[in-house]
Amino acid sequence: MVEFTLPKNSKVVEGQRYKAPAGAKRVREFKIYRWNPDDEKNPHTDIYEIDLDDCGPMVLDALIKIKNEVDGTLTFRRSCREGICGSCAMNIDGTNTLACLKPIEDCRGAVRINPLPHMAVIKDLVPDLSQAYAQYRSVEPWLQSDTPPPPDAERLQSVEERSKLDGMWECILCFCCTTSCPSYWWNGDRYLGPAVLLAAYRWIADSRDEHKGERLDALQDPFKLYRCHTIMNCAETCPKGLNPAQAIGEIKKLMVQRQG
Amino acid sequence: MADVRDALIIGKRSDGKLVQRPLSPHLQIYKPQISTATSIFHRITGCALAVGLLLMVWWLVAAATGPRAFASAQGFVGSPIGLILMFGWTLALWYHFCNGIRHLFWDAGFGFDVKTSHRNAFAVLVATVVLTVLSWVVGLAVWL
Repeated sequence: MVEFTLPKNSKVVEGQRYKAPAGAKRVREFKIYRWNPDDEKNPHTDIYEIDLDDCGPMVLDALIKIKNEVDGTLTFRRSCREGICGSCAMNIDGTNTLACLKPIEDCRGAVRINPLPHMAVIKDLVPDLSQAYAQYRSVEPWLQSDTPPPPDAERLQSVEERSKLDGMWECILCFCCTTSCPSYWWNGDRYLGPAVLLAAYRWIADSRDEHKGERLDALQDPFKLYRCHTIMNCAETCPKGLNPAQAIGEIKKLMVQRQG
Repeated sequence: MADVRDALIIGKRSDGKLVQRPLSPHLQIYKPQISTATSIFHRITGCALAVGLLLMVWWLVAAATGPRAFASAQGFVGSPIGLILMFGWTLALWYHFCNGIRHLFWDAGFGFDVKTSHRNAFAVLVATVVLTVLSWVVGLAVWL
């Protein structure tokens, strides 16, 4: 359902400020969304002043520095620090991206960091992704084939067939795109969202998969697929430079084509 | 219909007591995007045109009813408020028309590249202004 404002318990209030150490020259403010289930208060924005001369270049470096040296209670997901695990997806400077791939220098003024938009917050910058994961499971993202594989070899693809998967297999399921989509904000209970539809098309387009028809049947639904209104926020925000909107467009085309 | 995501709003404190989780900010913090702006304007202009259609139907019905009814409908359309509304509807019509063509290309599988979509958005805005001005130049020339 469309709700433009936040529920009462979700309104963000002012928090505290953590001053930079005396003598710091290149100070940058980091305005970070905080919510702790234990203190029964509304979410608030804490301001951390960080000396960039004493910090790595990426936003994730600053977050780790804050957690290590300033405030150990700051909670966020991170793992690989090189844009391949998708854990540190968050809203930085107004758009969704991976903290490890976002240079601090790219942000103008204070660096505003929020959790992925329109999601239930578990703590601080950690959103609950169970719905998105369940939706990913629902498109059965694995090879489905009735023909047994050759006994002495793998299922082979031509170079052309394999190249159709480029721009899709690279998705790391960070859900930056899904949570940038206003349609997913309002209808995410039933609309699958760009990341999951990209994954669905990755298997529809796979020459080795023999369940294309069933896959399309499963998506033939006013909400699952057709809540995509080609807003294009997904393609704008993808930190891996992928284009979920195009994959969704291809699915819609296949739906029309198979009606003959 | 209940929203299944409501289940995720229930969280747990460290001591096991249930708490209500907040919803993370969305419209409040998301940086305005060309993509979102062109999309929401497409909807707004679509709704405005539906309302405008009522006025047009009134105008046509009045024309069919007789000279007096037509004079009052024409009087409203020609009044300053009527003209401002008509100008707004012309703008909405051309924007919806041009952006609709952009959507047709997307539906056919073209123009998904982010740079291309930005260029197309700009082209839609320019075409909207040019076509609106042109419509009014022609319209006023015929009317006056």
